Amino acid sequence: MKILVSIKRVADPDNAGKLKVSADGKAVTSEGLEWKMNPFDDWSLEAALRLTENAAEKNARVGEVVLVSIGPNDADTQRIIREGLAKGAERGILVEADEATLDAGIVSSILKAIVDKESPDLVVMGKQAADGDSNVAGTELAEKLAWPIINSAMKIKTADDGKTLDVQRELDTGVATLKVTGPAVVTTSDRILHPESVKNGVTPDDHQYAKLEVGGRYASLKGIMQAKKKPIDQVSIGDLGVDTAKALNYTKFELPPARSGETTFVEDAADLVDKLHNIAKVI
Amino acid sequence: MANVLVVAELLEGKARKTTLCAVTAAKQIAEGTGGSFDILSIGEGAGAAADELAGYGAGKVLKAEIAGGYTCEKYAATVAEAGKGYDVLVACASAYGKDLLPRVAAKLDAGVASDISAVHTDGGKLSYTRPMYAGNVSGTVEILTDKQVVTVRQSEFDVAEASGGASAAEDIAVQSDPVADKVEFLGVEVVKSERPDLGDADVVVAGGRALKSAENFTSVIEPLVDALGAAMGASRAACDAGYVSPELQVGQTGKVVAPKLYIAIGISGAIQHLAGMKGSKTIVAINKDKEAPIAQVADYFLVSDLFDAVPALTDAVKKL
Ligand SMILES: Cc1cc2nc3c(=O)[nH]c(=O)nc-3n(C[C@H](O)[C@H](O)[C@H](O)COP(=O)(O)OP(=O)(O)OC[C@H]3O[C@@H](n4cnc5c(N)ncnc54)[C@H](O)[C@@H]3O)c2cc1C
Repeated sequence: MKILVSIKRVADPDNAGKLKVSADGKAVTSEGLEWKMNPFDDWSLEAALRLTENAAEKNARVGEVVLVSIGPNDADTQRIIREGLAKGAERGILVEADEATLDAGIVSSILKAIVDKESPDLVVMGKQAADGDSNVAGTELAEKLAWPIINSAMKIKTADDGKTLDVQRELDTGVATLKVTGPAVVTTSDRILHPESVKNGVTPDDHQYAKLEVGGRYASLKGIMQAKKKPIDQVSIGDLGVDTAKALNYTKFELPPARSGETTFVEDAADLVDKLHNIAKVI
Repeated sequence: MANVLVVAELLEGKARKTTLCAVTAAKQIAEGTGGSFDILSIGEGAGAAADELAGYGAGKVLKAEIAGGYTCEKYAATVAEAGKGYDVLVACASAYGKDLLPRVAAKLDAGVASDISAVHTDGGKLSYTRPMYAGNVSGTVEILTDKQVVTVRQSEFDVAEASGGASAAEDIAVQSDPVADKVEFLGVEVVKSERPDLGDADVVVAGGRALKSAENFTSVIEPLVDALGAAMGASRAACDAGYVSPELQVGQTGKVVAPKLYIAIGISGAIQHLAGMKGSKTIVAINKDKEAPIAQVADYFLVSDLFDAVPALTDAVKKL
């Protein structure tokens, strides 16, 4: 099975509170924050790696994982692609672009052009990027390809031939179970990291993946060494023949106002109830 | 002048409240631009839901009955066809809206502003505010395409009040889409609760990793939840550990809530959790670590072991 995984770099999401806005309000500035792999993409990469390995045998692959990143062609983007390669992906594609010129529509068109070239069986994407938080590009890509989309997949099981997928996806109100005929686009939920969430018909059923809590697997030292030799193709948007007209225009960015008021430390439960009842008047 | 179509969200043949938040946003767009709004009731039981939705002041309520479980592949072509007659399509940014509307937008070549927190209609020109970077930046965005697709954050738009009257009903044809055959819907497990919906409850009591077990959620958190008539929420750590089910997760990847009162119990207040609750009116933290980041947003902080504090709090609430 060949899987395409999109990975985007984002300003360190754990320090998003330190972001600033330029004086004219036209740009978000992340100076001083490290670029990181979008954590949602990291989860998707983990799912793709599990779908393409025989986990009973160390490093045995039963398919190919290709990474595609759209962004500036610089050391940071390269580092993030290498990080994915070190975790186990085979090769990378870097589509050179100034992030300010992109939106979900353009990103999904670029990814469609890459899919047309690469013909993967599956595209696995983060359901959102931790910066824009849009949740749009994956579904738009699926529509542009006339492929099905499974958003927020928490369990994926591929049939032996890799053509059909049994999936569960998270809803606001519960869980839906679906059978999907590929090729397809999948975005992943937090739960995809659970030890039993991905099964591929090659890895023995009783294999237990490590319990991952924060993100996908760590790269091994060997993986890091190997990643240095793995290829990263560089492509320009022009080469892909994609319409680059933007559908969205951000006119202003602002930092949301801080919560007003100080924290009142209360004595005990009785004091808390008294204050909630008599001062805040919320109970 | 923007004419707006609200895409209703049905659950077991009834419109979810998320639909009524989308109606509120649609009214703002229509009123601010001198346009009007209609509602599309789509799915299993669309007819009955349409009757219910006729009382909210829409010009008309369109109906498209589609049997079987929801998949976006099954609905999108019909929504897109109906949407051709409108300038703006609106749904709630629930799991449903976030799944369906981008597919519709791609069919209509429309830009999507997702999860918006406000509508602006200055001089009849539409723009939207949307939280980004887990709520640490807010962006104002215009959609440049002929048609606009918008999903709205439930916690930022009130549930529309019924306004009386009855909108005209109109059946529309269901459009087929070959891609729909690629997805077979096998079932849905709907989690039922007698408690208020997390999305629009006045009070939310949320527990974190510190609860240590599902049993402790039942014996420590639930009595307080019920004493306050609250909805129950949880951190990702608590959901991931299986203490409670995932749809109770509050945060960047879970639900965004803004109740009058949010009580965070044994939750550290990671940036991704704050993204889902910092719009709450009053925030209470119960945590044994007074340095926990939840303090940044807490109005009241009880520094205590939750296993002592919460039962005492439940008793005190019951005595009110
Ligand atoms: C991409 C991404 C998305 C994420 N999305 C979400 C999300 O949507 N929602 C979310 O919640 N998290 C999310 N997270 C995870 C988040 O970063 C934190 O890991 C998580 O919120 C921690 O949960 P917690 O506060 O329950 O646990 P912890 O951080 O472990 O905190 C436990 C707290 O309990 C306190 N405590 C311990 N014992 C007691 C006791 N006996 N009495 C009182 N207090 C006690 C501790 O002092 C501590 O503050 C996301 C992470 C990533 C990377």
